[in-house]
Amino acid sequence: MSASAAPILSVRNLSKAYPLRAWWGGKASVFRAVHDVSFDIAPGETLGLVGESGSGKSTIGRAVTMLNPPTAGTVAFEGTDLATLPPRAMRRMRGRIQTVFQDPYAALNPRMSVGAYVAEAFRLHRPGMGAGERRAAVEHLFERVGLDPAFLGRFPHQFSGGQRQRICIARAIALRPSFIVADEPIAALDVSIQAQVVNLLQDLQSELGLSYLFISHDLRMVRYLCHRVAVLWRGRIVELAESDKLYEDPRHPYTQRLLSAVPLPDPVAERARLAAADPHLPPDVQPGDLVEVAPGHWVAGRAIA
Amino acid sequence: MSEPLLAEPLLDVRDLRVTFDTEGGTVHAVNGVSYTLREGETLGIVGESGSGKSVHVLAMLGLIPRPPGRIAGGQVLFRGRDLLALPERQLRKVRGGEIGFVFQDPMSSLNPGMTVAQQIVEPLRIHLGLGSRAARARARELLDLVRIPNAAQRLDQYPHEFSGGQRQRVMIAIGLACRPKLLIADEATTALDVTVQAEIIALVQELKRELGMAIIWITHDLGVVAGISDTVQVMYAGRILERGPVDDIFGDPRNAYTLGLLRSLPDLSGGRAGRRRLHQIDGSPPDMRRPLPGDPFAPRNAYATARCRAEMPPLVQAAGAAPGHLVAAWYDLPARLAEEGAR
Repeated sequence: MSASAAPILSVRNLSKAYPLRAWWGGKASVFRAVHDVSFDIAPGETLGLVGESGSGKSTIGRAVTMLNPPTAGTVAFEGTDLATLPPRAMRRMRGRIQTVFQDPYAALNPRMSVGAYVAEAFRLHRPGMGAGERRAAVEHLFERVGLDPAFLGRFPHQFSGGQRQRICIARAIALRPSFIVADEPIAALDVSIQAQVVNLLQDLQSELGLSYLFISHDLRMVRYLCHRVAVLWRGRIVELAESDKLYEDPRHPYTQRLLSAVPLPDPVAERARLAAADPHLPPDVQPGDLVEVAPGHWVAGRAIA
Repeated sequence: MSEPLLAEPLLDVRDLRVTFDTEGGTVHAVNGVSYTLREGETLGIVGESGSGKSVHVLAMLGLIPRPPGRIAGGQVLFRGRDLLALPERQLRKVRGGEIGFVFQDPMSSLNPGMTVAQQIVEPLRIHLGLGSRAARARARELLDLVRIPNAAQRLDQYPHEFSGGQRQRVMIAIGLACRPKLLIADEATTALDVTVQAEIIALVQELKRELGMAIIWITHDLGVVAGISDTVQVMYAGRILERGPVDDIFGDPRNAYTLGLLRSLPDLSGGRAGRRRLHQIDGSPPDMRRPLPGDPFAPRNAYATARCRAEMPPLVQAAGAAPGHLVAAWYDLPARLAEEGAR
């Protein structure tokens, strides 16, 4: 599971359980959203997290940023166990770990100008910064994400969905983070706008050396964008590999089922896929420990045929 | 056109126009949409927000709120009758009867306070005049048809007792209840997991073969469209920019917007390191409150000419393309691409 360089993020045995209330004489129990998940992310690397709704993707995203801390396991960022940090140090750390969410409109404050929203990052984390310096920094960020700084005084409703996501990205990179959790960042955008945002994320990665945890249900985009991909099934990682290897040689039955369900944007190939597909194939999977079947290719144990 | 001349089309949409009156001005949602659909044909409609792809079918079915919505013009002939001119009582007989429909969000389309049986039985009694026992038997068959296990027991459950994929199957069961001649699915699988989507699409394909119905499948997913469509129609800013046989649209696109959509998909050939940057369509979706005088895609189109910005091109047969491949473009896309390739 280790990336080659010293990891920027190291997640070990992460679990997140939610207590379930007891109803009318029933027994209280726990729902295990994520169970014993471990992975590393190297500096400058994009790790993709795929799996179906309820598989625990977003739970992991929120746990590694401590927005919703794990119930067990450790999250080490640049070698520091985040759970051991006192609140002040954690606040400082938050500048280096950022999240970009699916719905940019929900993330923005409708009553705050977008310039003030981005500047807020500086006001909270760089109290020594002067107003002029702050404004210059925000203008620079707007240019960096492809927005006209003349729009600083406008409000969120005056922008399109793609522009709003750029605003959220501007704020996310304001404090020079080294790691960003991108939780379905293009899912709410039109197809013609998705490529704009993905290109921007890639440009920022190469310029700023960012690492990403890219959570998405768009399996084609994940293959395109991510260096490595982890497949989640019911809160566990069932397979993790370099992305082309995973897509070309999936070993776990769930991964195989998931990838074979992706429609191909080519009529001849897609009709052939539909004719050959057996959509009623049961997901015959067993939980098990990850085993390295080839260098860097990990598959949950008991499923390997 | 490839349509056989002997049969009149199942659906004939003529110059449909829909507007919405809002505080910010009049939104021109559908701006002169015309097309026909044959019996048994599957039409895939692709487009983005503001393309008019969803609004135009809602307008056809009499499902847009009026006001603020307004049918500003046109006809929708279904088996020869103009749906837009039908009184609501008669339209209700068509909707859910000869025309079934499935929309994106099954939780908001199903009534949470009624059992699944009640919701399937209702259209059967209204449209087919079945008695309660016959309707219930048919409802059970329908749940079997959409592959809900233990259909007999599950009939009396409520929507919340079904998973997301199963609720969408229930919606499809309701859409198919009266053996429609036409099924309209608007982003019917978009909110579902990819494996569930695969099951629903396989099911609809099977049912299409069994029932011989025509389908209008509205989506933004070019992969889904590629597999199930006979004909593909690309919409933008309330207009059809291109339409034609599926293989021809994917293999020989003539409108720059279609080309842009196809090119914006990640190219997965070769290793990761050698992959090219994603082709992006610059700019933003159109502002439907301020329709442009010319081609609505012109501001985002590198191939646009002065004429594109001044005058809307008509939707006509594309020169040298397959019969029935229609395009609205003043520029000659293949020629422009050849020039680029030569340079």
